[in-house]
Amino acid sequence: MIPLSHYLIVGALLFAISIVGIFLNRKNLVIILMAIELLLLAANVNFVAFSHYLEDLSGQVFVFFVLTVAAAEAAIGLAILIVLFRTRRSINVQDLDRLKG
Amino acid sequence: MTFLEVVFYVFAAVLIASSLLVVTVRNPVRAALFLVLAFFSAACLWLTLEAEFLAITLVLVYVGAVMVLFLFVIMMLDIDIAQMRAGFANYLPLGSIVALVMAGELILVMLSGEFGATELPRPAGQAVGYSNTEALGRLVYTDYVFAFEVAAVILLVAIIAAISLTLRRRPETRYQAPEKQVRVRKEDRIRIIKMPRRPEEKS
Amino acid sequence: MNRELLYLLVPLSCLVAALLAGFLGSRIGRVNAHRSAIGGVGLAFVLSCLIASDVFSGNHFNGSVYTWAVSGGTRFEIGFLIDPLSAVMMVVVTFVSLMVHIYTIGYMADDPGYTRFFSYIALFTFAMLMLVMSNNFLQLFFGWEGVGLVSYLLIGFWNERESAIRANLKAFLVNRVGDFGFILGIGAVLALFGSLDYQTVFDAAPSFADGTFTGPFGSEWHWMTLICLLLFVGAMGKSAQVPLHVWLPDSMEGPTPISALIHAATMVTAGIFLVARMSPLFELSTTALAVVLLIGALTTLLMAFVALVQTDIKRVVAYSTLSQLGYMTVALGASAYSAAIFHLATHAFFKALLFLAAGSVIIAMHHEQDMRRMGGLRKLMPVTYITCVIGSLALAGIPPFAGFFSKDAIIEAVHHSSTPGAGFAYVAVMIGVVLTAFYSFRLVFMAFHGEERMDAKTRSHLHEPPRVVTIPLVALAVPSILAGLILVDPVMDGSLFGNSVVVSAGPEGLGMTAAGMLAHAPYSAPFWLALTGILLAWVCYSWKPGLPASAAERWPRLYRLLMNKYGFDEFYHWVFADGARGLGHFFWEWGDRRLIDGWMVNGIAGAVGRAAGLVRRIQSGLVYHYAFAMIIGLVGLMSWFLFARGN
Repeated sequence: MIPLSHYLIVGALLFAISIVGIFLNRKNLVIILMAIELLLLAANVNFVAFSHYLEDLSGQVFVFFVLTVAAAEAAIGLAILIVLFRTRRSINVQDLDRLKG
Repeated sequence: MTFLEVVFYVFAAVLIASSLLVVTVRNPVRAALFLVLAFFSAACLWLTLEAEFLAITLVLVYVGAVMVLFLFVIMMLDIDIAQMRAGFANYLPLGSIVALVMAGELILVMLSGEFGATELPRPAGQAVGYSNTEALGRLVYTDYVFAFEVAAVILLVAIIAAISLTLRRRPETRYQAPEKQVRVRKEDRIRIIKMPRRPEEKS
Repeated sequence: MNRELLYLLVPLSCLVAALLAGFLGSRIGRVNAHRSAIGGVGLAFVLSCLIASDVFSGNHFNGSVYTWAVSGGTRFEIGFLIDPLSAVMMVVVTFVSLMVHIYTIGYMADDPGYTRFFSYIALFTFAMLMLVMSNNFLQLFFGWEGVGLVSYLLIGFWNERESAIRANLKAFLVNRVGDFGFILGIGAVLALFGSLDYQTVFDAAPSFADGTFTGPFGSEWHWMTLICLLLFVGAMGKSAQVPLHVWLPDSMEGPTPISALIHAATMVTAGIFLVARMSPLFELSTTALAVVLLIGALTTLLMAFVALVQTDIKRVVAYSTLSQLGYMTVALGASAYSAAIFHLATHAFFKALLFLAAGSVIIAMHHEQDMRRMGGLRKLMPVTYITCVIGSLALAGIPPFAGFFSKDAIIEAVHHSSTPGAGFAYVAVMIGVVLTAFYSFRLVFMAFHGEERMDAKTRSHLHEPPRVVTIPLVALAVPSILAGLILVDPVMDGSLFGNSVVVSAGPEGLGMTAAGMLAHAPYSAPFWLALTGILLAWVCYSWKPGLPASAAERWPRLYRLLMNKYGFDEFYHWVFADGARGLGHFFWEWGDRRLIDGWMVNGIAGAVGRAAGLVRRIQSGLVYHYAFAMIIGLVGLMSWFLFARGN
């Protein structure tokens, strides 16, 4: 049988990959948003796996809420992206240095 | 190797591979499509964990809505892919080191049996007629009803936020101004003037 | 009448007079200002005489009248110790002060600072009285600093003159050196005895006679020697003993009445009074007495030589004052406290007389002080001339004038003294006798005899000054003649000062009487030495006036040494003024500019700036940099939890 740890390792790998994604795609805001979705997916994989092995549905309920929030976040993130593109004609993250004092 | 194991390892491999592709391919459209694949694989993994409702929801919500939104945005924006490629590998060493350290540490924890992750027995399958959706529904509408309501509000907020962020008034667009329409008086619009009769019309 | 009230009235009448003249001077007018000052001081003089007669009939007093503060068991009090010593001082101080007050009316007649001057001298009299009447160290110090302050104010009285400002600053600074030692001495007294009261300290002193303590570097210190030496440092500053004498000649920048009152008769003798008052302590330390003797002898000799070459009439008298103060100090060192005070009193009279006479000449000469432009004043200013000769005879120690008795008493005391160094001191005072006679009559011959060397315009205005000037001269001439004759018997048989001075080595009285001394005079060395001095002066400045100049040419190096006053001023200027300035410059350059400004102030600011410049690079404004920082931080935290916390 598949032990719990295998699911968790899948989640960990997914998490690490999304981190690499954030590092690599520092120019493309859309891919960074996608990497964040992957990040949340990694967390959700862990939730579901624990929920199954511990026979507690609460984990799945939490995933439900995470999905909700992630959807909202994606929607708002993309909206911000559009506004950004509209004002700067670019979604290159390297151009976003207005925070510089 | 049981069928379930085969399913798990295959989809786990597909999930890892597709997510790697998501972060490495140049074309954002392809990245989005690989993300779709990753979500599908994850949904299949969740099916092996008897989380049918969430698996379906993931496919419906993410593949059906969120990813479509992503694709829509990507295609709508005029993104210069060539420029995106420049200096792609600059942060590869740092990123991979960080990721490797993180993954290594996480796996170390997973394999250390810290949470009983290695010896926790896999529970027996549910009885015939058991509905994951129903069980989840019971929980959500009883114990978690308040959180559920809050989630609904969050979605509403997200809708309003997205609309208000992207809505813009173009100066060339014409609008009605009902309050001005209502206040209009006839003196503003028409002027009655007296004109002499023309003599030719006398007939 | 209540005695305490009487005692209080003496200094307070002067204080009130000073305040009246000082604060209301412009309102009450010049005449009322000097009336109030003279009235106050005159009252003080009359009361002092009453008190003195009361004291000599046996009514001593020692008690406090007012407790100023009590701190940790130490009482700070205002109190009076009225015994023969302080009574003599009071009479001398108030009498000379009164004479000077009267004289000032004439001397300062057309000075714009008239009322201010009266305020100052009345204030001085107050402070001096507080000093001599005190029964504790704190009040002594108060009076001590008070007279120092007024001295400072009065040396710089003509504050539009730069030289006066320099002189009063110099006096103040040199006195600070002495006062520093003095207050350390008072501190040592407080530390050792736990009390500032004279009587308590004197009673306890014998039991500490051999007390020692371990100083730095493991050295053994004798308590009494330390205290006495520190107190004597204070006395050296105030009484202008070598090497702290440099301020007194320069103090002649002040008006002449001040030179007479403060820098000849009273304030400078405060140090002598101090040592006499502290005689119970000094008697316990032979070392301290030897130092006192040595310093006194050096001062006597060195300053007398300098007086020989001075041409400024006031400076001659000033150097003679220094030399005479040296005599008194020698007497103190020889344990002849009575003789010292005796000389102090007679000196106060004849030196004030000489100063006022010099001042009278200066008025007549329209503030010309150079003796080389005087001469022949004898016929023009007979009163001044006669009184000046009386003063000079008294100073030279010609019987039966006052100086003869007091000086002879000192010489005899030194001759019989067993203090280490007495042999040297004896030779010094003997040479001093010749020199004293020489320079005092050099003054007389240069100013009053010989040809008239002033210009015609001055000559036409020359006349005897008004009566307010001459009356004090005459009034001072009387005690200059008689004081010695009257006082010598009670002083010499020890009945005058009684137990107010303490001498350990048997009775101080040398068994001399006025009649005996007078009879003995023709057979004693000092008398002939003094006559020799006068004769020499006559030879050099009246008979063969070219002699001194050729002597100066013959020994140019010696002459220059004396003209430069042994180079004390240059030495102090070089070591202390330039040294302090160099040190200050060093500290400014290295301590202030480099260390504090350079390293600490600007250095810290610069370091912050540089650090901020480095840290500023972190704030790239790029969001992904911040995200990276968060992620790397997360990895770091994870690693820490995993590895550092695990074991």
